[in-house]
Amino acid sequence: MAATRIEVPRSAIAITLNGERTAVEVDNRTSLLDLLREQLGLTGAKKGCDHGQCGACTVLVDSRRVNACLTLAVTLDGAEIHTIEGLSDGGELHPVQRAFLERDAFQCGYCTPGQICSAVGAIREAKDGWPSHVTEDLSAAAVVLDDEEVRERMSGNLCRCGAYANIVPAVLDAAGEGSDDGTDLPRREEFHPIPSVEEVAG
Amino acid sequence: MKPFEYERADDVAGAVATLERDPDAKYLAGGTNLVDLMRLRVETPSRLVDVNRLDLGGIVVEADGAVRIGAAVRNSDLAADPVIRERYPVLSRALLSAASGQLRNMASVGGNLLQRTRCVYFMDSSKPCNKREPGSGCPAIVGVSRELAILGASEHCIATHPGDMAVALTALDAIVHFETAAGPDSLPMSGFHRLPGDDPSRDTNLPPGALITSVEVPPLSFGGRSTYRKARDRRSYAFALASVAAALDVEDGIIRDLRIAVGAVSHKPWRATVAEELLRGSPATPDRFEAAIRAELDIARPTEQNAFKIPLVTRLVVGVLDELAHP
Repeated sequence: MAATRIEVPRSAIAITLNGERTAVEVDNRTSLLDLLREQLGLTGAKKGCDHGQCGACTVLVDSRRVNACLTLAVTLDGAEIHTIEGLSDGGELHPVQRAFLERDAFQCGYCTPGQICSAVGAIREAKDGWPSHVTEDLSAAAVVLDDEEVRERMSGNLCRCGAYANIVPAVLDAAGEGSDDGTDLPRREEFHPIPSVEEVAG
Repeated sequence: MKPFEYERADDVAGAVATLERDPDAKYLAGGTNLVDLMRLRVETPSRLVDVNRLDLGGIVVEADGAVRIGAAVRNSDLAADPVIRERYPVLSRALLSAASGQLRNMASVGGNLLQRTRCVYFMDSSKPCNKREPGSGCPAIVGVSRELAILGASEHCIATHPGDMAVALTALDAIVHFETAAGPDSLPMSGFHRLPGDDPSRDTNLPPGALITSVEVPPLSFGGRSTYRKARDRRSYAFALASVAAALDVEDGIIRDLRIAVGAVSHKPWRATVAEELLRGSPATPDRFEAAIRAELDIARPTEQNAFKIPLVTRLVVGVLDELAHP
């Protein structure tokens, strides 16, 4: 008996990925995360929980941070997507990437691409004046980021190494605000010079 | 995930017609709950009708002072909207207490209203569940029930509506507008979600195939004096164990009017009408607040695991009303 071939519905989409127009055909079930990792070879965004609970898959769609694991690729025709691979500008690291290096804001690194993309989105949201759960005065037009604000705004990104103590100051550095946690952690550059992208990429 | 057809709706009538033709099809908005449930094989739609490109956005103040919120407005945009922050802080606060920054950027107003319960038996397709598989039984009643209902449950289901936004909208007497093949229609929030009764498979009174188009929040003179408080297992990014949405109108220490809705205690956001009735015209004092919410909770039937919700709700309500009484 010949094996029955099951036709799985597929769709063609075109996205702008890290500035480059990319046309692909996807199984309708494919998440943006699987499209990036399995079809397009961009393995920066990580699959942690695949349920929108850990944030390791965070990328920017039309400049907003989202969970790539809960985003169906088929819905993204025409969308502009930025992943961790597209954040640096030539050889120049993105300020958030640089701050994560300077503050040694990671240990194993698995959650880091998601943390960094999420921080880029969160800093933009704060600059746009979006309040958070811990914002005292909802009527204030401008948001002042501090440790508590950053912890709340970054709560969608879990770090099982527990590098939060350095992630919070890194995000504040990148946002142009000082950390008020009083710990005054040493900066990584005091131990090691910060490598260029070329050096990191080997 | 079960394979499914996909189509992008160009207009509301076309989207509604597709679901009329194919009752196993579902609308897709933010996808934060639906895609997850599809992955868990709890939801197995034949087809997704993507409603994200429909013209269902915008937050508009209407001539009568009501605010009309498009169904596709993202939770983050709604929470940050200056009109909502000023006139209905309870709604902004409820939204900001929910989920994560990423999920709020994805989740729509319409989809948020339709999110399913987070009862662990409902989410696990290997377990019986009257909501997912009618007639299969409810293991939660004698099982893991810590997060489940204490009010209005039935012998068939003790699931809760897990959301925060709907609790605020219930306190604000919002109206949900939707479209079916028969034309436009609406439901007040008080009649939108339903109690499980003997048919827990239905979360709401929305007709089959209906597409939510907008949510209308009527003007409320004391809406600016409102807030939302949520108790949960961790300080951020967790579902409520109990929550309270309230608004208070006090003059010379006497309550002229008020709104109280309680979340995570029932299959629907629970409007505390008994407490409201007792408090209208009464002094705004903690002992009155406590007596009123105790009267409201008189009909609560908790399990052994969630009996803690009775004192928790009591303290939340007293705390929130006291805060609103002394701004």
